[in-house]
Amino acid sequence: MQNLSLRHFKNYTATAAMVLATLIVLTPLCLIFVHILKMGFSSLSLDFFTQIPKPTGESGGGMANGLFGSAVLITFASCLGLPVGVLGAIYLTEFAGGKLATAIRFSADVLAGIPSIITGMVAYTLLVIPMKGFSALAGAVALSLIMIPIVLRTTEEQLKMVPGTLREASLALGVPLWRTSLKVVLISARKGVITGILLAIARVAGETAPLLFTALGNQFWSRKLTEPIAALPLQIFSFAIAPYEDWHKLAWAGALVLVVIMFTLNLGARFLGRQKRYS
Amino acid sequence: MNAKVSLENMNVHFGSNHAVKEVSLDFCENTVTAIIGPSGCGKSTLLRSINRMHDLVPAAKVSGRILFDGADLYDRSIDPVAVRRKIGMVFQKPNPFPAMNIYDNVVAGYKLNNRMKSSEADEIVESCLQRVALWDEVKDRLKTSAVELSGGQQQRLCIARTIAVQPEVILMDEPCSALDPIATLKIEELIEELKERFTIIIVTHNMQQAARVSDSTAFMYMGEMVECGPTKKIFTTPEKKQTEDYITGRFG
Repeated sequence: MQNLSLRHFKNYTATAAMVLATLIVLTPLCLIFVHILKMGFSSLSLDFFTQIPKPTGESGGGMANGLFGSAVLITFASCLGLPVGVLGAIYLTEFAGGKLATAIRFSADVLAGIPSIITGMVAYTLLVIPMKGFSALAGAVALSLIMIPIVLRTTEEQLKMVPGTLREASLALGVPLWRTSLKVVLISARKGVITGILLAIARVAGETAPLLFTALGNQFWSRKLTEPIAALPLQIFSFAIAPYEDWHKLAWAGALVLVVIMFTLNLGARFLGRQKRYS
Repeated sequence: MNAKVSLENMNVHFGSNHAVKEVSLDFCENTVTAIIGPSGCGKSTLLRSINRMHDLVPAAKVSGRILFDGADLYDRSIDPVAVRRKIGMVFQKPNPFPAMNIYDNVVAGYKLNNRMKSSEADEIVESCLQRVALWDEVKDRLKTSAVELSGGQQQRLCIARTIAVQPEVILMDEPCSALDPIATLKIEELIEELKERFTIIIVTHNMQQAARVSDSTAFMYMGEMVECGPTKKIFTTPEKKQTEDYITGRFG
């Protein structure tokens, strides 16, 4: 009997330790959320979404150009990065074999592990220097370089889960391999692929470092892809380190908006990811 | 009778594994040929060589000749995609496309190749589903997902999908092994009807099934063709001892 109470004791201790660990994980998340909500919500107004920053000394203003800039950067980064990532994954699962596939997979993992500021420097060297100026284009390229390995690996995982019998069914109908890959394999895995894409977008939406010397940031609206462009994370950064109280407030509002966007994207990805598996 | 498909000294290697050894066999037009034998004897491998499904397995190597209407299927000038349009295949486990509805599954061979004239689609769907005796069961729900059908219905749908592209030969790889006896019976009746239009080669574990549906039977063991001939003869007066042992259930 003594043995039993000892077991109970061990059981409770272990359970308590696990609950504690869970709480430690959740605490920072809750703290960040609550704090950003508290600081950001009071500074958030309609102006935030419609106005561009006011000159120093004037109060008010917003980050409309930053929101717009982020949207532009993400759109162009997606246009560059998603096709490469998805098609690369198709190549990897459906066509490449053996050593080549291993090499591609390894390169993608290394690329994913490169600090994002280095990615920014690559885009700086490749685009900013030759074009003699910071530009939205360079920013989009830097972001797309971050997206490619994420999309590639998540898509690959999803495509691998499509049963081989479906590929065979299509091939046996006289459908070429490339059409089978696009119209049967990719379509069957579409939900998981979209989940991966959303996660990749969420990841780059918050990136600041690679934009520092590519997109640079802009106090005004930018009209061309060859001009510097504002981005929400960049604007938060420069406003937060500025010595003005109302700029700090705008930065908090920006942080709140950014967190809400990320949260929504992640939630959307989760929701899609939960849908059916193959029988 | 005319040989639609002929194997001449055919071998299949998977790396160092010699899966099919020196097989020569004729499959006659508008007949059903059953290939029987214990698991792992190479019968599915042999079947898959005929529509070049092994092309996608880098380790697989097919040698010897496979003639289709007298032309070598493994000749350099032959496109494997074109081969598969002439030689269709039905698989062990029903595999309708889960992302498509019943209607689209039937015309999948056209849709996936962008060769569909929408005016013809309705007609193809109805006639193919009629042929596999599935039309009355699904005509009111053609737009529902194909995976909602029962296993037997799914397999008949897969056969409809195969005949929709108008092949000349249909390969069946244990088409009933995942089905219950009633669904099996329906497929067997269907095979009987299909042979009027197609040449059918069926791999089966089930000897009663081979006896019921086929005109000729080939018995394989350890990658070799032991004996082949008219089904009646194989099952009543086999020439080889191994064949007799297998069909009487003494091994395998």
